[in-house]
Amino acid sequence: MSFRDRSNFDMKVPLTWTAGVAVIIAAVIGVALLLGDRRETLQVQAYGVTKNVVDTLSAPVSSTLATPGRWTGNVFDLVRDYFLAGAQNHGLREEINDLHAWQDKAIALQNENQRLRAVLGLKTDPPIPMVTAHVIADSRGPFADSRLANVGRELGVTVGNPVMSDRGLIGRVIGVGHDVSRILLLTDIASRTPVVIDRTNARAILSGDGGPNPKLAYMRGQEPVKVGDRVLTSGDGGVFPRGLPVGVAVQGLDGAWRVRLDADSSPIDFVRILLFTDFSQIAEQKDAMTSALPPLSTADAAEVAGKVKAMSAPPTAASPKAGPAATADAQATAKTLANALAASKAKPAPKQPPQPSPATTPPPDDDTP
Amino acid sequence: MSLMQSTRPLDPWRWLGLPALVCVAGTFLFAVPIKVFGLQLPEPVLPMILAFAWAVIRPSVIAPFLLVLLGLFLDLFWGGPLGLWGVSLLVSYTVVLASRSIMTGQSRPMRQVWFASATALTMLTGFLITSVVSLAVPNLLSVFWQFLATTVLYPFAHRLIERFEDADVRFR
Repeated sequence: MSFRDRSNFDMKVPLTWTAGVAVIIAAVIGVALLLGDRRETLQVQAYGVTKNVVDTLSAPVSSTLATPGRWTGNVFDLVRDYFLAGAQNHGLREEINDLHAWQDKAIALQNENQRLRAVLGLKTDPPIPMVTAHVIADSRGPFADSRLANVGRELGVTVGNPVMSDRGLIGRVIGVGHDVSRILLLTDIASRTPVVIDRTNARAILSGDGGPNPKLAYMRGQEPVKVGDRVLTSGDGGVFPRGLPVGVAVQGLDGAWRVRLDADSSPIDFVRILLFTDFSQIAEQKDAMTSALPPLSTADAAEVAGKVKAMSAPPTAASPKAGPAATADAQATAKTLANALAASKAKPAPKQPPQPSPATTPPPDDDTP
Repeated sequence: MSLMQSTRPLDPWRWLGLPALVCVAGTFLFAVPIKVFGLQLPEPVLPMILAFAWAVIRPSVIAPFLLVLLGLFLDLFWGGPLGLWGVSLLVSYTVVLASRSIMTGQSRPMRQVWFASATALTMLTGFLITSVVSLAVPNLLSVFWQFLATTVLYPFAHRLIERFEDADVRFR
């Protein structure tokens, strides 16, 4: 008698119960995945290896599918343009009339801007290098808005790089593979972008909610924004450079201030990825690497330490000093400190050990008296 | 002979594997970045068809795991938080599975209402999970559009149910 033929082992668990247990186990797996995900942090580590692998694998498939899609899209555009040619012509004429006025204004402003920059001795920001990419997949649901672009680490793209269409900002890179990158759009519910209202210089945070028009949150001041105000990146926090065009302020049906994105008005096939990481990239690297820390000899250091100790000591009953006397003493101490530092600056700098890195180097002390 | 065929258990590949692959292919297709007359393509949740149809056809051990896998694919491909679609699909699958005896013998329009309700439940779960995970309320209009784009896919679920509902007489 075989093992399976025994009557005691002929019992079968009903499939409904087994299926119920399978559902529970699957649910536990799903919840565990949800709890283990750290997408909201949008850090380099949070975009895990699995996501990168899936992006890399889906890139060729999406790219192949997108090619005929682009041709079809062009055909649709041609048909639409053919039928709407009259209305477009009328609209373009009006736009040209408006643009002539703007052109005159822009020339005058450019001239004034150049003169003011010359007077103030301001340096313009150096251009930020960028790479052009093709969008090969596009997710646009209420819970995730992202795009897959066909350039990656091979062309220097890194996590955090801002991404623009030909009209305005569309988002930033959150995941990079060898030749593919995932772009988090401004409309994604996890997207938060520091922006500024161009007219009033009021700061706000552009918060995506899965809809086409992200919200302007955390605005301060009285009437900081009006319908039609230009919205630009503020550069706060160093994620984006300042002044990238984002869109135009509009008021939603719910009364909240929202932004009609500039990028919506352009096709979505090509994007430009700015290879911007932070402001140290824009600053003069040569200056940043130079340490202007004044050297301090041992004798000066001892003198300064003594003075500081004397200043920090509490007044005793034997030598009570208060009011004008204490102020005069403090002034004298400050004068001595200033002299000590000036003398130490005048001395030739002794050889110093190499600095560990520019990031740990203290800033230049130009305000020293 | 025909009786023997009808009592033969369903081949999982035919009613689980192949439809799952078709859903993955369809998801790739709908992610193509084109605009038709200035409008973007809709983004339906194709595995919702399976979450409903599989639960109506018969209880299964493989189906819930396959749904989690499909949900995982959606999360990774669309760039959402991991587990969002897996859990959302599983919630509606469980509810439909528990109430499949009520649905037996219902007319097509009535089943369509059931499908819409199951889709609404999935979207509601996704809405709640996203609200908690992202600490922000998703745009209700966008949720509604995705719900609508998914609900109109009922004919595919109906075809799958009609094809396999009577394939295994033990679960009629």
